[in-house]
Amino acid sequence: MNNASHLAFKEIWRNKGRFLLFSLVIALITVLILFVAALGEGLGAGNREYLEKLDGELIVFQATARLSIPSSRLERDRLPQLRNIEGVQDVGPVGFSAAAIPLGGRSDLFDVSLIGVEPGLPGMPPVVDGQPLIRRTTDEVLIDSTVALVTDAKVGDWLLFRSIQGSDEEFYRLRVVGITDSQKYSIRPSVFVPYVTWARIRPQALVGSGLNDLSSHIMVVKLVDPAEIDVVRQRIEARVSNVQAVDRRTAYENTPGYREQQSTLQTQNGFALLIGLLVIGGFFQIQTLQKVGQIGMLKAIGTPEVLIASALLIQIAIINAVGVGLGGLASLGLSFVFPANVPIIFEPRSAAMAVGSILVMGPLGGLVSIRYSLGIEPLTALGLSS
Amino acid sequence: MQTALEAQALIKTYTSGGRTVNAVDDISFGLANGEFLALVGPSGSGKTTLLAILAGLLTPDSGTVSIAGEVLSQMSERRRASFRRQRIGFAFQANNLVPYLSALENVELMLRLNGKRDRDGRRRARELLTRLGLEDRLNALPRQLSGGQQQRVAIARSLIHKPALVLADEPTASLDTERAFQVVETLADLVHEEGRAAIMVTHDLRMIKVCDRVVQLMDGKITQVLETQEDLACLANPADCTKIPMNVFGAGQEMAAAE
Ligand SMILES: Nc1ncnc2c1ncn2[C@@H]1O[C@H](COP(=O)(O)OP(=O)(O)O)[C@@H](O)[C@H]1O
Ligand SMILES: [Mg+2]
Repeated sequence: MNNASHLAFKEIWRNKGRFLLFSLVIALITVLILFVAALGEGLGAGNREYLEKLDGELIVFQATARLSIPSSRLERDRLPQLRNIEGVQDVGPVGFSAAAIPLGGRSDLFDVSLIGVEPGLPGMPPVVDGQPLIRRTTDEVLIDSTVALVTDAKVGDWLLFRSIQGSDEEFYRLRVVGITDSQKYSIRPSVFVPYVTWARIRPQALVGSGLNDLSSHIMVVKLVDPAEIDVVRQRIEARVSNVQAVDRRTAYENTPGYREQQSTLQTQNGFALLIGLLVIGGFFQIQTLQKVGQIGMLKAIGTPEVLIASALLIQIAIINAVGVGLGGLASLGLSFVFPANVPIIFEPRSAAMAVGSILVMGPLGGLVSIRYSLGIEPLTALGLSS
Repeated sequence: MQTALEAQALIKTYTSGGRTVNAVDDISFGLANGEFLALVGPSGSGKTTLLAILAGLLTPDSGTVSIAGEVLSQMSERRRASFRRQRIGFAFQANNLVPYLSALENVELMLRLNGKRDRDGRRRARELLTRLGLEDRLNALPRQLSGGQQQRVAIARSLIHKPALVLADEPTASLDTERAFQVVETLADLVHEEGRAAIMVTHDLRMIKVCDRVVQLMDGKITQVLETQEDLACLANPADCTKIPMNVFGAGQEMAAAE
């Protein structure tokens, strides 16, 4: 073992309590950072999942709606207009609203996004179990994996849906024909019904009035060649009046609150990292200040500066790594006991980035103390200064 | 006897707040291998400053120091650090030991730094500590040792790597006279046996007995050198000693400690 790690390990070993305590502080910061990242991922996914996974490259809005899904309205006649544009393979209308599934008693309601899609057209998600929607007017429904989990419904089961129409609650029984992967929209898990069924059961002013208006919120355009996205987008906006076409990412980034939410969480993440940086920097700086005499003595007896600096760096790296490891394990453990409806997703990439940033931050925080220790004069061992 | 240390015309002046202090004022002397020199003088007379210059920790305004034939001022900062760890042994007044290393590890640290912690070195470290009466305290941490035991560990560390010169700045300042004397006596024995040169700053009259030469400083200058057996014997019993002026150790306060 080289001299730097000898000194670093001996000091840690003979002050286990203090260093462990500090590792626990780093572990807590790690848990905080991981959970903020997971919450960002969870809330972000809850908003964008359906839009992000759509089987079309362009999302068409009413131009005057300025990319707001709830205020966008596209009449049925846009469907053939869009379909006739060169480079467009297929187009599907999509409507969004909310419904609830009574669980057990009628008072225990499980909120879902009720999404209307045309069977076989872009906008309908692929199923992982059962059959896709095939007929245009039926009492059939696709549910996403979260709905399946919460309601315990299987393919072939009937599910009751509640929707407000006028001032009354109406209940509809729909048969589950297929289950999709997670398809959250507006932070709720989703169910998919044929467009006409959607028009009938979505919340509306009077029972049945929705069937008179088959306009949709958006239309999903699938391209012949995805590489042509920009050309076709311009073509659509030029040839169809009052529409705006954007890619999926622009579409979900403009869902209400999405950007604000993500930037809030990023700021929190940044602050947590900054706190970590200051805490680690502060801890090692205080420790170095307490060791001025000892470091001066080591230098006086001829210990190379690089050895003193590397011992400190090794220590910081170890304490930090132990803290991050403990924090990672704790987060993993906590993620299992968190209820499924809490929007927390430990996505490997963002979790790795969070962990990586703390691992880098440790030594960064320690730089101040390393610099300080390099400045300590060996003369202090004799009680002198130059 | 071969020369271990040669100090020539050393001058060091401090300036602080417009006031200049001639801390070391034209000091020259030599030291042979196997010689144990005591540096005495009142507080502020320049003892520590002189020691720092001899150790290569402080650059004098003028003058040269050579240890075992090598001139300190001709070395780079890094070379001086490696020279210190190879050729000089240190025992300080305080903060001597690394608090998280055991007695044995503290002594062996000097060997590690020099890449010499081999079987033979480890055996000698144990022997030295045993010689200093610490055979049952080898694995004790500094905080588990008494002040005297800590200073003995420091003395073992100052000798383990067979340095040309041992420098000790009031190594016994925090000990009672009885214990201090035992520590210094062992140091002197080891220095004599192994033929190393040593300089010890002390305030304590009784330590003089085991030294070969006493150099007294006053305001940065050497004012007395005592080296005959007669002088030294006389010093050990200052009340009856008429030949030596009472100011050898400075003011009355320090004399009181010796009485
Ligand atoms: N860094 C410094 N700046 C200014 N004066 C100093 C400094 N270090 C020491 N001195 C002065 O130099 C003189 C000698 O100090 P020192 O070598 O510590 O003496 P001693 O060890 O004999 O007590 C004293 O007058 C002290 O005040
Ligand atoms: Mg002094």
